[in-house]
Amino acid sequence: MFPPREDVLRLMPEIILCFSGILLMLVEPFLTRARRTVLVTLAALGTGLALVSTIYPAMLPGTAFSGLLRIDGFSVFVHVVVEAVAFLVVIGSADYLDREHIQHGEYYALILFATAGMGVMASAAELMTAFVGLETSSISTYILASYRRDVPRSNESALKYFLLGSFATAFFLYGIALVYGATGTTQFARMTFPAAPGAERLLDLGLALMLVGLAFKIAAAPFQLWTPDVYEGAPAPVTALMASGPKAAAFALLLRILASVAAAGTFWFWALWISAALTMFVGNLAALAQSNVKRMLAYSSISHAGYILVALAAAAASDQVELGVAAVLYYLAVYALMKLGAFILVSQLGGESERHMEIDDFRGLAARQPVAAACFALFLFSLLGLPVTAGFLGKFYIFNAALASRLIWLAILLAINTVIAAFYYLRVIVVMYMREPNQTWPPVRMPWAVTFVLSIAAAGTFYLGLFPGRVMALATQAALSLPGR
Amino acid sequence: MQPSYLLTVLTFLPLAGTAALLMLRADDHVWIRRTALAITLVEFGLSLLLIRGFLPDSVQFQFGEFHNWIPSPPIHYHLGVDGISLFLVLLTTFLTPVAMLASWKSIEQRVRGFFVSLLVLETGMIGVFVSLDLFLFFLFWEAMLIPMYFLIGIWGHERRIYAAIKFILYTMLGSILMLVAMIWLYELSGSFDLPQIQSMLVSGQVVLSLRTELLLFAAFFLAFAIKVPLFPLHTWLPDAHTEAPTAGSVILAGVLLKMGTYGMLRFCLPLFPEAAHRFAPYIAVLAIISIIYGALVAMVQTDLKRLVAYSSVSHLGFVVLGLFAFDPTAVQGALYQMLNHGVSTGALFVLVGMLYDRRHTHLIRDFGGLATPLPVIAAFFLFVSLASAGLPMLNGFVGEFLILAGTFTRHVNWASSAAIGIILSAVYLLWAYQRVFFGDVTQEKNRALLDADRRERLVLAAFAALILWMGIGSVGFTRRTEASARNVFELMQRPQAYNARAALASARRAIPDVR
Repeated sequence: MFPPREDVLRLMPEIILCFSGILLMLVEPFLTRARRTVLVTLAALGTGLALVSTIYPAMLPGTAFSGLLRIDGFSVFVHVVVEAVAFLVVIGSADYLDREHIQHGEYYALILFATAGMGVMASAAELMTAFVGLETSSISTYILASYRRDVPRSNESALKYFLLGSFATAFFLYGIALVYGATGTTQFARMTFPAAPGAERLLDLGLALMLVGLAFKIAAAPFQLWTPDVYEGAPAPVTALMASGPKAAAFALLLRILASVAAAGTFWFWALWISAALTMFVGNLAALAQSNVKRMLAYSSISHAGYILVALAAAAASDQVELGVAAVLYYLAVYALMKLGAFILVSQLGGESERHMEIDDFRGLAARQPVAAACFALFLFSLLGLPVTAGFLGKFYIFNAALASRLIWLAILLAINTVIAAFYYLRVIVVMYMREPNQTWPPVRMPWAVTFVLSIAAAGTFYLGLFPGRVMALATQAALSLPGR
Repeated sequence: MQPSYLLTVLTFLPLAGTAALLMLRADDHVWIRRTALAITLVEFGLSLLLIRGFLPDSVQFQFGEFHNWIPSPPIHYHLGVDGISLFLVLLTTFLTPVAMLASWKSIEQRVRGFFVSLLVLETGMIGVFVSLDLFLFFLFWEAMLIPMYFLIGIWGHERRIYAAIKFILYTMLGSILMLVAMIWLYELSGSFDLPQIQSMLVSGQVVLSLRTELLLFAAFFLAFAIKVPLFPLHTWLPDAHTEAPTAGSVILAGVLLKMGTYGMLRFCLPLFPEAAHRFAPYIAVLAIISIIYGALVAMVQTDLKRLVAYSSVSHLGFVVLGLFAFDPTAVQGALYQMLNHGVSTGALFVLVGMLYDRRHTHLIRDFGGLATPLPVIAAFFLFVSLASAGLPMLNGFVGEFLILAGTFTRHVNWASSAAIGIILSAVYLLWAYQRVFFGDVTQEKNRALLDADRRERLVLAAFAALILWMGIGSVGFTRRTEASARNVFELMQRPQAYNARAALASARRAIPDVR
């Protein structure tokens, strides 16, 4: 039995990603020379084609595979984000892998598989499919985290990520079981009423466990403890991927549950509120104390998860979810761009085996490498949320959603956190621009591929910071395409 | 009125100019300086066109530009000037080239970055004064922090990094809460457009509850009070001023501080009149404390630049007092005093910078008897000090007189306490002058100092001419600001619904809580 043609087309991005992944692994043994060129080209083609092929799901909205997937504007938006991230990470990693002597086909294959998993998470219409997507993306990233396999720190990172991640997945799975028990279905659309009287408790418990599992994936407090170690130990381009792609997919899944399951909105609201406040403070306060750039960026990504949770809480609090959902989507796109840019840049500036990752190693960077420093400063200003950069508008939309839902206190906490965050972002800029250089190593050459990725990230940061109209319209459409509660 | 693009050109010309600078070779310092100066001079020339086309009697925003920008939430590219902002724009375009000339030789390192920062800063400053959309205003307001941060942090003195971070954190704390308030106001009114919100409030289409109004006022006021800075939020200012390079100090004192008082006049008063009235007594007390405290602290400074910095706290206190006296004359005076302070404190910082260029110190005790080797600088210093202290015929007098006269008609005790500040300002300025310039040359090193060269004389002469002109020809300025200053009070009117609400609220307060 073969699925209908439309369904296959709707799944086109994932199909392309998986096939190019397999192809990569098959081709690799036959390559003797120019390995790198072939591998990168194949992987870039795969992600690029997947990105282009989202046109099919965009043209064919509806449910697919007898209700396993739901293709709508929302899933398409998230697809574009994660596939663009994968495309940029693939291109941005090539030179890094050469430098670290770990140029292998499976690296790219794993990125492609992970991306396929994220895609499935974004369009899952029921819990088992969501779980399959979550696992596909998680397992691939576990391996990717350990990719510098002769570096103990990378192994530690992977092991930690794997163990804690498995726990989280188990929670999520148990939650699925309870929800299924309570409602008799795994379909989001039919989860409205508990099947049996008295099963409300069970449904609540199941939802709570699922929230825990997903909170782990998005690194929301109090489930954020793994993030700094894992982000620090993983190869920097992998960190770029982990910080932007899987996080976006997990947020997408959260949003879909939130928007479709009535019980989730009311039941999750306070959990989201508290977690948002906690995540912001934990991330920002801990980031203040960091001396390693990667760790600082890791804590900063925790705090950004907190900002996004504010918008999520706003969506949960109000009857009109679209304002909050659109703010989340916009921020995810913005956040992916700036974080990816920052990590890819750091992966190059860090030098061989990521030796120069202390903030102090960036001393006087502006004098030695003005363009790289300006680029890094741009990403940092954007993460900080200063105007003209994308980060500002992202935050603006979150504020807007929060205040529209009357979450005034949460908005004020977000404001306070922005100021706390200013402290550590500015410290890096101080080091780069206002201190005398102390490096003894030569300036780092920027390969063209990395330059390409950085230019896209920087241009996107400006574009989304100045002309949000088009992307925001798409995000709003995406939010409206979610089935109402 | 036919459409005009003058304001857009004025706002973005300096930014476009940075592209020209970036095309020059980084070590071609001479041409970098010349190009930057040329851009700002053209900018100044263009800004003079504003005066020519400005209709003094109109209370409408002139040279308006209105384009759609972001569809959802509705944000427009809306620019315009009225009597309040007109001269502040001119002040900006005047001070920027002057600041460049003042730092002509003292900046030796990373020259291109310095001038690029100044140009970006100019775009931000003009943008703040001409934006009529809250979002756009905030964009410029906040974006401007970045070049200023670099100016202080890279080209400043010893403790520059501390000062730069303190400056940016203080300002951000205020402004981010203002952003929250702006969005809240949007939720209530459905618009980010200032004139539109204003007319909805005046017509009673949108009624703010008293609690909302008080909170919104507080959020806006905090942002502006930090920028002014009003006691007790002033502590960033002495550090930022002292550590900044001369050009940075000139711009900071000359223009950036005015943004705070401009914001109060543009947003706090007309948007939230009830709250403004309620807070006015407290604000007036803070303003008077600023005036006297600033002056007293200035008196005991050993560092000349810090002295000038504290004098700003004192002078800006007058402006805030004038604004919250709710008197048209006082508001006029406050507006005028903003310009005066920009010019005379700018000039003082330039003079202090000239002394620093020669001796690399700001400490008063390292000087003494400088009138002998530096007669020209000494003469200008005296002239500017007297202007700053409010000598009649010079600019400072007009502003302070209008403020005090206007305030006196409403609040005798406010005006009389503030008047002490004028006496004190004469004390600290003249005493400092005496210690620096009079008497015998106390240090051998100072004997051989060279007096002002042609570039420096040009800068000082420009300042002196302006000070004199603003002292004598003040009518040319006040004639254009008068209508707008009066209009502020028109905009503060609210329909009956408001008064009923206010009466209700005060009745509630009169009855003790029975719970």
